Amino acid sequence: MPAKSIKENYVLKNVMLADGSSADIQVVGDKISAIGSGLEAERQIDCSGLVALPGFVDLHTHLREPGFEQSETVLTGTQSAALGGFTAVHAMANTMPVADTAGVVEQVAALGTEAGYADVYPIGAVTVGLEGKQLAELGAMANSKAQVKVFSDDGKCVYDPVIMRRALEYVKTFGGVIAQHAQEPRLTDGAQMNEGAVSAELGLTGWPAVAEESIIARDVLLAEHVDSRLHICHLSTAGSVEIIRWAKARGIKVTAEVTPHHLLLTDELARTYDSVYKVNPPLRTQKDVEALRAGLIDGTIDIIATDHAPHPIEAKDCEWNAAAFGMLGLEIAASVAQEVLIESGKSSWTRLAEVLSKNPAAIAGDLEQGQELKAGAVANIVLIDPTTKRKVVADSASKSKNSPYVGLELPGAVRHTIYRGYFTVEDSKLAEVGNN
Amino acid sequence: MKNLLSAGQLSGAQAVEILDIAEGMADVNDREIKKLPTLRGKTVVNLFFEDSTRTRISFELAEKRLSADVINFTAKGSSVSKGESLKDTAQTLEAMGADAVVIRHSASGAANVLANSGWINGSIINAGDGTHEHPTQALLDAYTMRKRIHGSASMGKTLEGVKVAIVGDILHSRVARSNLLLLNTLGADVHFVAPPTLLPSDSSNFDAKLHYSLDEMLLKEQPDVVMMLRIQTERMNASFFPTEREYARYWGFNAQRLGQLKKSAILMHPGPMNRGLEIDAVSADSAQSTVLEQVANGVSVRMAVLYTLLSGERNANAS
Ligand SMILES: [Zn+2]
Repeated sequence: MPAKSIKENYVLKNVMLADGSSADIQVVGDKISAIGSGLEAERQIDCSGLVALPGFVDLHTHLREPGFEQSETVLTGTQSAALGGFTAVHAMANTMPVADTAGVVEQVAALGTEAGYADVYPIGAVTVGLEGKQLAELGAMANSKAQVKVFSDDGKCVYDPVIMRRALEYVKTFGGVIAQHAQEPRLTDGAQMNEGAVSAELGLTGWPAVAEESIIARDVLLAEHVDSRLHICHLSTAGSVEIIRWAKARGIKVTAEVTPHHLLLTDELARTYDSVYKVNPPLRTQKDVEALRAGLIDGTIDIIATDHAPHPIEAKDCEWNAAAFGMLGLEIAASVAQEVLIESGKSSWTRLAEVLSKNPAAIAGDLEQGQELKAGAVANIVLIDPTTKRKVVADSASKSKNSPYVGLELPGAVRHTIYRGYFTVEDSKLAEVGNN
Repeated sequence: MKNLLSAGQLSGAQAVEILDIAEGMADVNDREIKKLPTLRGKTVVNLFFEDSTRTRISFELAEKRLSADVINFTAKGSSVSKGESLKDTAQTLEAMGADAVVIRHSASGAANVLANSGWINGSIINAGDGTHEHPTQALLDAYTMRKRIHGSASMGKTLEGVKVAIVGDILHSRVARSNLLLLNTLGADVHFVAPPTLLPSDSSNFDAKLHYSLDEMLLKEQPDVVMMLRIQTERMNASFFPTEREYARYWGFNAQRLGQLKKSAILMHPGPMNRGLEIDAVSADSAQSTVLEQVANGVSVRMAVLYTLLSGERNANAS
């Protein structure tokens, strides 16, 4: 990590903690040295009115490097992450080359360290080239300097049930987890949007809920059979929430994530034929949105993960069928979480910290992330102004512009992000850090 | 009205007005000199990303009869197949000063994207976008129904109370979608008939009655109009139905079913027909068939659409 953090010594005055209490937080070096009242240091930052939470951890980020640097780089992606309050991201494996060897995952991890805006944990591919045919060298990636624990063919489903079973079993060797992109490929051949009343009107090929739910049902049963840990990426349907709820009640070791966009947006937006709303899995119906929100609040869904998926202008500036799937999410996730958990009056900042920090770090085994704010913890801290309402603008640290939120008004703003003791974001602006 | 993207955008009054203008255009088409100076000096581009000689010729004839300068631009492949992109093409046409673009594209929503993109300022006419819409087909179908029902007294008439059964591949049919919207606007009663595999899994936003059995529908509903949809070849080997023979047996129109129709009922098909599959020769060539009238009416209706969108003085205070 950048040497800069050694010099840090400051106090965050009058923060509000997740439980609603008020405190000062002192940071020395890369650690929280004390939490209490009346703490003093030469440098004091007034944080009155700001909520202090552990730095956010994204379990599902497409950083695009290596191979698609016109969309995003590890540097721009982690800058975008920092602006969103994240201190760690997990970089999906669908790069070029695919992150299916120790060499590639070490390269991505090194780029993250060099950038200095967040911990970058590479996710390893489950199968060679994401082709679903042959297991990638999972052990080599786990034992590399990148210490990969999460494996995913995200973008594609590990469809072959035997390959999925073997992967689930094999990663137990080193305490890994398989993160499944649940999409039955035959049922989604040529699919463009949620299959339902709107797709019927628009004449766009449907992506039926059953294509997601049938894979999740299969995989929770497989995970039970081989007693392995399974993580389901981007739950998008009410039925998926029901299956996860059932599986958890049965004691199956499954965790699940939901994206900000599936918590907020619906397939009605496809009526514009504006491909900024094209994403995989697709935006669903209001009923699904409500089930996902309920699942997040009651603990069925463990985390919010962004599935931040940058694309260059030309990949979206075209007819719907030709456009790429995916949308940005890092800089908006906290506001969507606040909308769903806090503004709704149905949950708490403690739960928000769980779903954006504690739980994703636990699923991935990131020991220095997602820690409770207390003396001795690594100083990964986000400070949020919860009272601000902001109209989302296209301007972003991401190299790409494919945000579906532009023009919407959302609550809350990330004021400061502190990563391993130093500010990556100060007063909602990116700070110069590390070697840049 | 600047663009025609969807049959659903037309109010009843607007639709009737276009059909009435088409009556006048039909008179022109019956004259010895079939030409009006209305669009002299205007450039209309027929932008076809998908082969459809019939539709292109129909538009081309309509444009020429209104004295427009016509450019046919056939773009092979779309950006899907790494051919010319919609954006580049649109910007090229804008640079050429196109007053209107008639677009046919394999992607649903392509006409909407073109109209909303800011790439081009001219009027956009949707000549068929993927499995979404084909509004001029719906207009010519409505015109054809009205003419058969009301004859020379058609001017100003709607299709109030007319019972229309649309039969076949509803799921993939832009003709069905546009007809549904326009027919409902004009007061008709719409019935869809198809095997469940060729209906959307959720048709709850369709204001139509759904039937699986063609024979039961014919018996029970006694429709005034039966419209047969073309079965595309790519459906034939994708298990939407077991065999072409079985499809023809249950959902094809034939002499025996023709006998069950009311004498006044008409039989329509947007063409080109798969004779022996969705329609047999006896029915297609019967007196109740309007297949050739639809072709002729297509030119009049497209003239009326071009006139409505492009003749300057009308645009001044249009929506
Ligand atoms: Zn995915």
